[in-house]
Amino acid sequence: MSILIENLTHIYNQNTPFETTALNNVNVEIGKGEFIGLIGHTGSGKSTLIQHLNGLLKPSSGKISINGFDITKKGVALKEIRQRVGLVFQYPEHQLFEETVYKDVAFGPTNLGLTEEEIDKRVKESIELVGLSFKDVKDRSPFELSGGQKRRVAIAGVVAMKPEVLILDEPTAGLDPKSRDEVLSQIKILHDKYKITIILVSHSMEDIARLVDKIFVMDHGNLVLTGVPKEVFSKSEYLESLGLGVPQITNLMKKLKKSGKDIKEDIFTVEDATQEILKLIRGK
Amino acid sequence: MLKDITIGQYYPVDSIIHRLDPRIKILSTFVYILSLFIVKDFTAYLYPVIFLAGVVMLSKVPPSYMLRGLKPLFLIIILTFSINIFLTKGEVIYQLGPLDVTKEGLHQAIFMGLRLILLIVGTSLLTLATSPIQLTDGIEKILDPFKKIGVPAHELAMMMTIALRFIPTLLEETDKIMKAQMARGADFESGNILNRAKSLVPLLVPLFISAFRRAEELAMAMEARCYRGGENRTRMKELSFHTRDFIASVVTMLMIGAILIDRFI
Repeated sequence: MSILIENLTHIYNQNTPFETTALNNVNVEIGKGEFIGLIGHTGSGKSTLIQHLNGLLKPSSGKISINGFDITKKGVALKEIRQRVGLVFQYPEHQLFEETVYKDVAFGPTNLGLTEEEIDKRVKESIELVGLSFKDVKDRSPFELSGGQKRRVAIAGVVAMKPEVLILDEPTAGLDPKSRDEVLSQIKILHDKYKITIILVSHSMEDIARLVDKIFVMDHGNLVLTGVPKEVFSKSEYLESLGLGVPQITNLMKKLKKSGKDIKEDIFTVEDATQEILKLIRGK
Repeated sequence: MLKDITIGQYYPVDSIIHRLDPRIKILSTFVYILSLFIVKDFTAYLYPVIFLAGVVMLSKVPPSYMLRGLKPLFLIIILTFSINIFLTKGEVIYQLGPLDVTKEGLHQAIFMGLRLILLIVGTSLLTLATSPIQLTDGIEKILDPFKKIGVPAHELAMMMTIALRFIPTLLEETDKIMKAQMARGADFESGNILNRAKSLVPLLVPLFISAFRRAEELAMAMEARCYRGGENRTRMKELSFHTRDFIASVVTMLMIGAILIDRFI
């Protein structure tokens, strides 16, 4: 078991007129090396939940353990938690501050107190890992890069800390389609090659359907639905009532089925749909 | 830490104090501050204290909430208190190492401490019970007569509105960047002063960049909607005086009147 969350509740601004319950008794189990998709409308508590996972927020009540290590205990070394769990915020490029890309990516590893050689190795590795050329970008100012490149440098800054769990909050928001695909495929590589547990927060059902092993659905601070994409996306009406939806291709397949075609409905990626439709055409 | 700051924060409830005309509230606060500086002995503090207690009660803002606003200023209050208690010359009543506590010092320290607390609570009540928009509307109206001598009243008010409007935004932004850097192992809470100052760089650089970006975006958005200053501008909500505003002014006048009589007659 990689992550275990028990009865997690978080209340913002407790005992003031602005009091709001952001998380209400959430229970989650995430296995080692799983790729999790976290979905929910804005304000459903996703961001609050992921900030608990690396100790940025303390729960009002409840317990979280990462690989058997209780991070909600009093007196836990936060550095330890942050080394285990990497968190990439929304628009992570807004956190860049150093003069050069190299120094910025090195910020995390330096804070961990690693040796110079190790830092150098990790910086090189993670910049290449996010699909940038180390040689080209290392001495450039992060502020003169393009939006997609900035985003990748920021992700590299977290990857360089070699976390066991990597959480990404809408890593593709505001990117053009090409950068989006690149960022997503690099995340996939991180998961497949390095066996990192990944939690991806996204509003794109297509991306979720294509990448993840398991989906968690949140609504008003409650975890309302969990399961493999097939299970979760089969409840399309329920998802729509939460302000979410299913991948567009699934909607297409449903329409085809409704019009009397002999076709499977539980299809969530364009590739699978192509196969299925080809089968139908050839079968005729 | 950041959420403890209540100065400049608005507390949204409906009360008679909230409904008062902002001009009256600003001027009354001004008179109240003045009165605190006229008071010269403990008994005369009774008037502003009663006045403040009355207003706090009517405002429906919980006193505990207001006292929380004192927390960040605790250091200043303690500092004022200690300077006064140790550095005032007079009859020595207690010795603390090389420092003498004098009777006059004790008197002075409590007096100044009380003044400071009353000052902070009174002024924070103004912003707690007045929405930022109303506040700047009030300031603009008060400054209106000075337009003739070239005071850019509208522009000043607009700048204040924007500044106030962006305080929560910038606090939120600070919080976000702080968290992002903490997620990368940054430590803002321990170490000596030099290290702490250094650790602020990863926070301040992104914060400045985003503040400039926001300013530019806002300016552009205002231009796009044809904003052009105060000339011929009409407003949706005109300020007007009601009976309650006259009562409030009379009460304020009575308070400062009582203090003046107490002090000079």
